[in-house]
Amino acid sequence: MLMCGNEALSEAAIIAGCDAYFGYPITPQNEVTAYMSRRMPEEGRVFLQCESELAAINMVFGASATGKRAMTSSSSPGISLMQEGISYLAAAELPAVVVNVMRGGPGLGNIAPSQGDYFQATRGGGHGDYRTIVLAPSSVQELVDCMPLAFDLADQYRTPVVVLADGILGQMMEPVVFQKRPRRDLPLKDWALTGAQDREQNIVRSLWLVEGVLEELNYKLQARYEQIQKDEVLCEQYEIDDAEIVVVAYGIAARIVRGAVDKAREEGIKVGWIRPITLWPFPAEQISRAAEEFRIFLTVEMSLGQMVEDVKLAVAGKVPVLFYGRPGGGVPTVDEILDKIRQLTLRHKTQDTRLKIKV
Amino acid sequence: MKVVFTRTPTFKDCPTHYCPGCGHGIAHRLIAETIDELGIRERTIGIAPVGCAVLAYNYLDVDMIEVAHGRAPAVATGMKRTNPDKIIFSYQGDGDLAAIGTAEIIHAAHRGEQITVIFINNAVFGMTGGQMAPTTTVGQVTATTQKGRDARNEGYPLQISELLAVLPGAIYVERCALSSPAQIRKSKKAIRHAFELQVNNAEGLSLVELLSPCPTYWRMSPAKAMEWIEKEMTKPFPLGKLKG
Repeated sequence: MLMCGNEALSEAAIIAGCDAYFGYPITPQNEVTAYMSRRMPEEGRVFLQCESELAAINMVFGASATGKRAMTSSSSPGISLMQEGISYLAAAELPAVVVNVMRGGPGLGNIAPSQGDYFQATRGGGHGDYRTIVLAPSSVQELVDCMPLAFDLADQYRTPVVVLADGILGQMMEPVVFQKRPRRDLPLKDWALTGAQDREQNIVRSLWLVEGVLEELNYKLQARYEQIQKDEVLCEQYEIDDAEIVVVAYGIAARIVRGAVDKAREEGIKVGWIRPITLWPFPAEQISRAAEEFRIFLTVEMSLGQMVEDVKLAVAGKVPVLFYGRPGGGVPTVDEILDKIRQLTLRHKTQDTRLKIKV
Repeated sequence: MKVVFTRTPTFKDCPTHYCPGCGHGIAHRLIAETIDELGIRERTIGIAPVGCAVLAYNYLDVDMIEVAHGRAPAVATGMKRTNPDKIIFSYQGDGDLAAIGTAEIIHAAHRGEQITVIFINNAVFGMTGGQMAPTTTVGQVTATTQKGRDARNEGYPLQISELLAVLPGAIYVERCALSSPAQIRKSKKAIRHAFELQVNNAEGLSLVELLSPCPTYWRMSPAKAMEWIEKEMTKPFPLGKLKG
């Protein structure tokens, strides 16, 4: 079926058992709200257009607290407004799926595709010590495949999950296949607010005033985050084995990088790429392993350099990490990236020689 | 010996953290009585606000959630839309409902959400130290209006119940006071009616505003605070049914 990313992710959420969708219009994700307004009632589920993104995320909070699968979607400025609610979701250990179809920023920015919200998505975004799982698909099909995974991860780890797309992925039409997948073996939601029948009262809260209690909650969350880092990293690698240059990119930028790498290979340049699919947990181990041999890393983003910090942390100074990116809705072309790769070939050769002399 | 008064089961058997003379304990008791009388404890979900009543779940023995400041009507919407068989109520103070949460309460009422809102108006922000609320009366001294509220600078007391009453989605809006046994009985009746509407699937939002004493930040004795409600607070906030 040929579908745009926004509509495809919506249908995928419905197939994944999303009980309720709450949203507020913002470009470039308006196809999600429009599609959900039609399809959710058809399925006997809840669609509501809210008065603000603040309300939307809090409606998700309410629905999720009763054990339902709930989601919202928005784009960058709207996601900023949702950060309060996302922090509360993380603190109250409530599952939720938040789709961010990123646009140019800061401020009202523009409606062009961007990857400027990487920091916000992977560092928690709101106040306090927390993380959210961040999935970054790079095709409409992968966007579709991310949705059931997002709901499962949210339920399994009782945490908000961010699906980080961008204006191109949301608007672009590609062929997609929908498959109903079995859910993971998920824990019972015995914490849910369903009415205190034949059990003690359930309380969902995030205020812990007694000394040490909140610290304990943070350690508990941290242990869960470590488990996620251990078990849930997803990334794709291509032609790494003999590569002298490794390009790291995610989402739609990785699609463009793929084109540039193929062209560079045709020119005989030994280049490969690594594409993180989970931005948090970040595939630090995979990148660290790739940095054990002398290579130059090039990170390409549609921002002025955010993920590059995680790449540098993973590489830990072992080899050079360079960056190329365009902010504010700018989209790098295949040729721009190819040029960068060509320049690095020279640099790799000179540095490699110097290294040999040292030895 | 004949028992003439007991704790109602939904009100937990524990001391509260409220100051002497505070109205929250009375309001909690009236809600708990209503829940028990209507036999809805097992299908009720309560929403605690940010403010002095944030720990309401320590006293009310129903499933409860604590939410961000002002967002209770949005959270209630998410709950009720996905659980139409449940009885959802929010318990909100004046800072919560009439300042930071103005948009959420207006739009929940505007959509006619089938929820019950208990709105505690004590004319100050209690938990943060008695600052001015939108409902602070003109001339009232608070931590942030130390010479008294000046309407030219801080505006007039916000009559949010009157604003809500004009919305078609709000089916019942009444203002009561917790200032005397007679007024408390009236408050109870109003709270019960507001819950009954939801139990009977009446289409719309019901809200009871309770003028409630805050002796600590009004710098008065509990008895004086009760008098102040009737003499001063009822001027900008007249008691009675506004809708329904």
